[in-house]
Amino acid sequence: MAITREKRPAAFYFLAAFFALFVLFLYGPMLTIFILSFQGPNGGLTFPMNGFSFHWFVNLFQQQAVGDFGGSFMRSLKLGLIVMVVTVVVSFMAGMAFRRRFRGDTVVFYLAIASLIVPSILISLGIGLLFNIFEIQPHWYSSALGAHLTWTFPFGLLIMFAVFNRFDPSFEEAARDLGASNWQTVRHVVLPMVAPSLIGVAMFSFTLSYDEFARTLMTAGSLNTLPLEIYGMTTNVTTPVLYALGTLTTVFSFVVIGLAFGAVVLLRRRKA
Amino acid sequence: MSASNSKRGSYFLITPMALVFAIFLVIPLLTIVVVSFWDYDEYRILPDFILENYSYLLGSSVTWQIYLNTFKYAALTWAFTLGIGFTVAYFLAFHVRSLTWQIILFMVCTIPFWTSNIIRMISWIPFLGRNGLLNQALMGAGIIHEPLEFLLFSDFAVVLADVHLYTLFMVVPIFNSMMRIDRSLIEAARDNGASAWSTLRHVILPLSKPGIAIGSIFVITVVMGDFITVRLMSGGQSASVGLQISNEIGLLQYPAAAASAVVLLITVLLIVTALLRLVDIRKEL
Repeated sequence: MAITREKRPAAFYFLAAFFALFVLFLYGPMLTIFILSFQGPNGGLTFPMNGFSFHWFVNLFQQQAVGDFGGSFMRSLKLGLIVMVVTVVVSFMAGMAFRRRFRGDTVVFYLAIASLIVPSILISLGIGLLFNIFEIQPHWYSSALGAHLTWTFPFGLLIMFAVFNRFDPSFEEAARDLGASNWQTVRHVVLPMVAPSLIGVAMFSFTLSYDEFARTLMTAGSLNTLPLEIYGMTTNVTTPVLYALGTLTTVFSFVVIGLAFGAVVLLRRRKA
Repeated sequence: MSASNSKRGSYFLITPMALVFAIFLVIPLLTIVVVSFWDYDEYRILPDFILENYSYLLGSSVTWQIYLNTFKYAALTWAFTLGIGFTVAYFLAFHVRSLTWQIILFMVCTIPFWTSNIIRMISWIPFLGRNGLLNQALMGAGIIHEPLEFLLFSDFAVVLADVHLYTLFMVVPIFNSMMRIDRSLIEAARDNGASAWSTLRHVILPLSKPGIAIGSIFVITVVMGDFITVRLMSGGQSASVGLQISNEIGLLQYPAAAASAVVLLITVLLIVTALLRLVDIRKEL
């Protein structure tokens, strides 16, 4: 069959050009810092390139004037992983709960929406004050963890809503008719079907936590997470080491996304 | 399985989430409200019930200027993200014909979102700076003879960075709304002789309203509470409500920060309530 193509209207070309400019706008600045992070040892924060080297990447791992990059990276990584696991489990449970009406469901729903729109710095301030008043020492694994969860749960819940709205309950009925217990139904029917979306939730919550600055500000305690460290560097550091850090963390994010996508593809293949 | 049993199941399943919201959202917000009436000296905060924090805040002309400035950032960012976001979503939803290409182009827009906001902000520095790419290009082309100073560390830079960071928050919900529009409505409009432009105005725009409202809520609340973009991109030359709060936190003036926070929270809630009158979010899920 010959494919007959409708002629594209002039508007298409105009819009396509607009879209291309938008993409350039999104990527342009990031590409500049990516290129500039390979500045020579005498290069500055702007073009022209003063030679090409890995100097600033090496410099990054040496002792810094401000804080320690390795320690804050490890803390952010651990925090992100904990947030990820907790968010996946709790959002899945909440998503299951919301499939039936229960008393208070609207309250929880609006709390999630509120959590999304309350300015992040208020969460930080509130939790910081609370810990201050009760004289509890804030830590990345206690107060900051809670603060991050208030940010990742709404996203997790909304994704689970989207999933379960399109979920056919007759699969579960079939499992039950075949004698499966509640737990077996969840374990062998529901979970495998929603697994790709759960990976989406995992990916989302990890990156949200890994990048979160405002909610960590007053809740991380005396030890910095990576975004706090980067922020400190933006006000103190005037060498391309900043760009090297930007490039490295960006590459790391992309590796994480790549792994997550790989996992989704693998799951799809196994199912097929 | 009995009905009461399954209900108990729902309560069990929702408890962890409800608890986290109670402990890390509701109680902290109540704490802020309580502390906003407390007193403080240079070293600590003192439980009390005073109105000074509010009377000082609301009586100061600086506060009003800061709010005006914050509204300016929010309004400008909103207008630009809406204009760009709508156009991009419209292109993806109605002009890109194959689903595969829609997904690919959509992913292309999403990828930058996965890197740190602060990194994305500082990536404007080599572009906008005094010796930045833009100034060099403009001077090289002979359009200007001296570097433009207003590009970096200015209101312009703040709004530009905000648009750069948050346009995606507009694209996603508007695209989502547009994808739900029944394509036969558009055919009907065309069959009735509507031009592409009037179809856009009278069919697509009204049906995209929920997406526009959700995107607007997101962009406006984020910009209203923002302090990092303002601090980094204005180079400390401008202030916003969020920045004021974070400065007060830095000076350990917690009750003053709490009072500012309460006022900000009320402002944001008023804006959101106004926007929610336009759309029922639960229907959008």
